[in-house]
Amino acid sequence: MKYIDEYRKKDLILAVADELKRVSKKEISLMEVCGGHTMAIHRFGLLSLLPSNIHLLSGPGCPVCVSGQRFIDMALAYSKLHGFIIATYGDLIRVPGSVTSLEKEKANGADIRIVYSTLDAIEIAKNNPEKKVVFLGIGFETTAPATAASILQAQKEQVDNYFVLSAHKVMPPVMKALVEDGVKIDGFIAPGHVTAITGTSIYDGLASNYGLGVVVSGFEPSDLMQAILLLVRQFEAGQPKVDSQYKRVAHTEGNLIAQRILDQVFELKDESWRGLGMIPLSGLKIKSDLSAFDVEVQFPIHVPFVPEPKGCICGLILRGLKTPLDCKLFGKKCTPSDPVGACMVSGEGTCATYYKYRS
Amino acid sequence: MRKEDKILLSHGNGGRLMQDLIADLFLKNFGNKKLEDQSDSAILVIDSREIAFTTDSFVIDPLFFPGGNIGKLAVCGTVNDLSVSGAEPMFISVSLIIEEGFPIKELEVIVKSLAEEARKANVEIVTGDTKVVNKGKCDKLFVNTAGIGRIRPEKNITGRTQIINPGDVIIVNGTIGDHGMAVMNARESFNFTTPVESDCACLDQLIHEVLEQTGSVRFMRDATRGGVATVLNELTAKIPYGIEIEEDAIPVSRGVRAMCELLGFDPLYIANEGKVILVVPEQESSLVLEIMRRNILGRESSIIGRVVQDHPGKVVLKTTTGGKRIVDVLTGDQLPRIC
Repeated sequence: MKYIDEYRKKDLILAVADELKRVSKKEISLMEVCGGHTMAIHRFGLLSLLPSNIHLLSGPGCPVCVSGQRFIDMALAYSKLHGFIIATYGDLIRVPGSVTSLEKEKANGADIRIVYSTLDAIEIAKNNPEKKVVFLGIGFETTAPATAASILQAQKEQVDNYFVLSAHKVMPPVMKALVEDGVKIDGFIAPGHVTAITGTSIYDGLASNYGLGVVVSGFEPSDLMQAILLLVRQFEAGQPKVDSQYKRVAHTEGNLIAQRILDQVFELKDESWRGLGMIPLSGLKIKSDLSAFDVEVQFPIHVPFVPEPKGCICGLILRGLKTPLDCKLFGKKCTPSDPVGACMVSGEGTCATYYKYRS
Repeated sequence: MRKEDKILLSHGNGGRLMQDLIADLFLKNFGNKKLEDQSDSAILVIDSREIAFTTDSFVIDPLFFPGGNIGKLAVCGTVNDLSVSGAEPMFISVSLIIEEGFPIKELEVIVKSLAEEARKANVEIVTGDTKVVNKGKCDKLFVNTAGIGRIRPEKNITGRTQIINPGDVIIVNGTIGDHGMAVMNARESFNFTTPVESDCACLDQLIHEVLEQTGSVRFMRDATRGGVATVLNELTAKIPYGIEIEEDAIPVSRGVRAMCELLGFDPLYIANEGKVILVVPEQESSLVLEIMRRNILGRESSIIGRVVQDHPGKVVLKTTTGGKRIVDVLTGDQLPRIC
């Protein structure tokens, strides 16, 4: 298939692997921030191709995983209100809240619908004028523009029964927080699709202030291998900088239209991340002039705080301090069919990836 | 494992939750030797004649999809379940549960498809039942079937998993994932321009030709819900060996591959309605392939892997990039990526 097969050529990938063996001398730890990267690394078995001095750590880039229990509890609370329809991407449906999940509440009669696009959620709202439709907005700079666009669309078409519960987050503050938190890494494999929206300048501080290499990477096996090679070369030469391997998609300035829409709809707020705690200005909140679409403003709801399940080390895994193999629950009490933590549910969660592709 | 107190959609998708339900509720209460085999058909002996007996229900949405409709699907599904048990499909029943208000015109198209497909597969629809329920109490139309076929003793392939050996090859009769993706495309209105059509077809003739001309088939199953991955996992659970398949060797159409890439699905887990997995000894494999490729439904038959001494009980995929990964039992529905 065009634009895919070219990036999965065995010869190419093995050639990069050979080059890595040749140039990589020192022990090096790299963090792939994005869940899509974690999945690709395991799906294509890339770890088996890397020399043993190169270590990859998975970061907090699975939006479902870092949003965690409280967001699901809120969604569940709205789903139980009379006349509410919840519209959500499929990934959230099985994520456990503190007592139940959207999948289970659906079985109990809640009106919960899976959509593939925010515009589908608006359609649901238009077709059910007597109901209130709440779209669960989740994800980083990649999915946030689609949510923002839906709010503007709803405003334009005067769909006044469409609302958003936003758990959208932005990437740079958490990358910085991890480094300041003492996670020992030598560079970041930076998320390609976040960068496609934001541009590469969001990483400048990481290179200049913390001496870390940052290479934006695509999601095909040869992309990732090349990104690792670029990081290793920077590291061996002692010249960390921001670079992009994914120039076919992620440009220096990013997607200006998406940036404008984001800016029009959202403002930054302090946000709580699972396993990482409160990170200043790392979440996206709907601006007050559009609060007619903010479900938390229109229908305030109180959800009690419930601590994370006992024994689950998702938080440490999200910070790259542990791997799923260090968790006592992994593969025993916590499996994809019966998950304890969110990292086991999302297709891009580190635990689910380890479980699915363990070999 | 935590017990669910309500039925979830995941209980019906062929994955782990469904297997638990079968083991903990159905087998526990209905348990008998024939049911415990959990094959596509029960093999019964009546007056020393061997009979294959199967049943299936069809709740597909939408009722009409590229490549077929619920009527064609019902006959094909039933005929295939009998055929892979080594039976010659003979009689089927068709029961309809219809929602009040369902257009008779659409019902007519579906019934005609049932009739046409039955004629093609040389089976008779000999009994049936009709129920109509209040509007909103079922979704348009559900179909239930049962099927009976005669097992030709020389063709009885049940229980042959005991003679499966390392080195035996795994064959599939063409591209995988077409049905699931065609239905998904029709249901969700993705409007992909690459046409994806369901592979829905009766495999009785293809299977008959293979069984008649070779005596070497050691395992055969149609890869429906849960896809090829599920069939292979069910097989490894029955034998003391592992299975290794090669990503490069597995036929996947361009359209299905594109949809899977975009939506984050793995074609190995996507439903088929006209695909059969066979295990045959290596020395017989070229003959079997030759026979299969002569049939229009087997033109793209390929060897996708083999039975191996290593990793007993596990299905391992050799990826295009040279890596290896486990192909596990499906847990819950496949979910699309969100970023």
